[in-house]
Amino acid sequence: MAEIWAVGEIADGQPTKLTLELATLARRLAAASGSEARTLVVGAEAQAAAESVRPYGNVLAVATESSLGARPVASVVAPRVAALITERQPSFLLVGATNDGKDVAGMLVGLTDLPILVNGAAVEWVGEAPRVEMSTFGGKLVTHSTFTGNRGIVVVRAGSVTAEAAASPGQLEVETLGAASELAAVKVVGSVTEAGAAAPIEEARIIVGGGRGVGSPDGFRMIEDLAHALGGAVGATRAVVDAGWISYSQQIGQTGKIVKPALYVACGISGAIQHKVGVQTAGTIVAINRDPDAPIGEFADLFVVGDVFEVVPRLTEAVKASKAAG
Amino acid sequence: MNIVVLLKAVPVVGTERLGPDLITDRSVQLEANGNDEYLLEKALKLTETHGGEVTVLTVGPAGATEALRKALAMGAARAVHVADDAIRGSDTRATIEIMTAALRKLSFDLAFVGADTSDGQGGVVGAAVAVKLGLPYLSYASEIEPAESGVRIHRITTTGYDVLEAPTPAVVMGTQLLGAPRYPSLRGIMQARSKPVDGWTLADLGIAAESVGAGSSTTRALDFSKPPERAGATFIREPADAAVAQVVDFLAARRLI
Repeated sequence: MAEIWAVGEIADGQPTKLTLELATLARRLAAASGSEARTLVVGAEAQAAAESVRPYGNVLAVATESSLGARPVASVVAPRVAALITERQPSFLLVGATNDGKDVAGMLVGLTDLPILVNGAAVEWVGEAPRVEMSTFGGKLVTHSTFTGNRGIVVVRAGSVTAEAAASPGQLEVETLGAASELAAVKVVGSVTEAGAAAPIEEARIIVGGGRGVGSPDGFRMIEDLAHALGGAVGATRAVVDAGWISYSQQIGQTGKIVKPALYVACGISGAIQHKVGVQTAGTIVAINRDPDAPIGEFADLFVVGDVFEVVPRLTEAVKASKAAG
Repeated sequence: MNIVVLLKAVPVVGTERLGPDLITDRSVQLEANGNDEYLLEKALKLTETHGGEVTVLTVGPAGATEALRKALAMGAARAVHVADDAIRGSDTRATIEIMTAALRKLSFDLAFVGADTSDGQGGVVGAAVAVKLGLPYLSYASEIEPAESGVRIHRITTTGYDVLEAPTPAVVMGTQLLGAPRYPSLRGIMQARSKPVDGWTLADLGIAAESVGAGSSTTRALDFSKPPERAGATFIREPADAAVAQVVDFLAARRLI
């Protein structure tokens, strides 16, 4: 049976957490279908990153020239993975549902015409193909879909599995592809770091979210303090991002990010459907809100009826004290 | 600068449902996908400043007309509506084929797509269409502007943004950061009545009916169910100090702190 591949991502020279999850998932699907799993890492730092993936299974490192650094990552990764698909004919590929991952997946479909299923929240091998679980229509429904043939691409969200090392490390193979047929040129001509960029929410285990109820941009300070005390990241609703209180990168919900933290603390957030969509699969949800009738009560586990300005700073102190007491 | 905006007409958020064949029921009231409207707004602003026209392109059932009319009322010059009974139930591959064929028939400097759609697509169509057309693809734009060499965008990153440039024609996928869409003015609504809406069929695009639609789909929905209900919230209504103590105990019990 043809191999199952995970397409990894490199950040700061290391595989992302999602990459290790995909490697784990590919291994499980391969075991269930009687085939082999392999994780591809493509980039100038591929070989070093591949070493960190090896504990999770077989790795294929595709080193690229550093001169390609002036191109967007996806436009470097996609044509090389496409060339390998043509050469080695894997059955199914797993790609992470990140911005770069979705770009890679879309480009791969354009290059290879492989079938695709997106937004996978869980993937299992059933019969002859992966069965993909998706949250549909703003979380109103959970659907399962599969492929009609024996090849395809699945775009998988963070948190579908917990990354687990294999019983023994995988093989590392280094591939030096000749000149790939590059995609139409896009150049990265600059990169801007915005002051006070917050910790990313995509892979955060704990997220503290703020909504209109925190009152002002200054109100987010206490949200940041609580997030810091809990060791988590700061999230937000669309309303406060639109108001310019916090950057779009932190937005949770339909037009923002879909997250799956172990703990979500929603402060001054009413819980509109568009926000609910982004966080309803969190392990535990604690809401702090003055209005006990706020819709967030319908999907929270614990609801503190109170003023965020009174509760949040006290909670921050109590968390610090609890951690100090160990 | 002529811009084509790909606009999907989706069921009004909150009213979505599946038909008995597990295909999204699009006979309900449809509206423009929220993410696509940010791109339409940006396209209108760019053409107002730099000249040119905006064309909106949709693939969808008869009910999509209303969303197109609204786009025309907002200021688009022209609409193209690809409609064909055979399209219903198309998978992502077929959708890409139809979009690509439609864009080939249009002349444009920029084609805009939204980051994703509220009824279940994952933001991969734009990249695939760009690759098929052999055009540059620039994604996750928070800003789009003309540049000497073609187009320049800000692509959002986890720490800020990258500045990307490409020659035109190009395909640009954008985000909510491009700015809130305008409301149609009364004058715009009146003018929209006399603007052209071109209806295209699969035959007009040179696509065989058998190659799209549910029958040709490479993916298949198996089943659906309601998500497991959360157990329901425990309410704490005590004063802040007492409430906080309970929260800490609760988090500790779940090993979250």
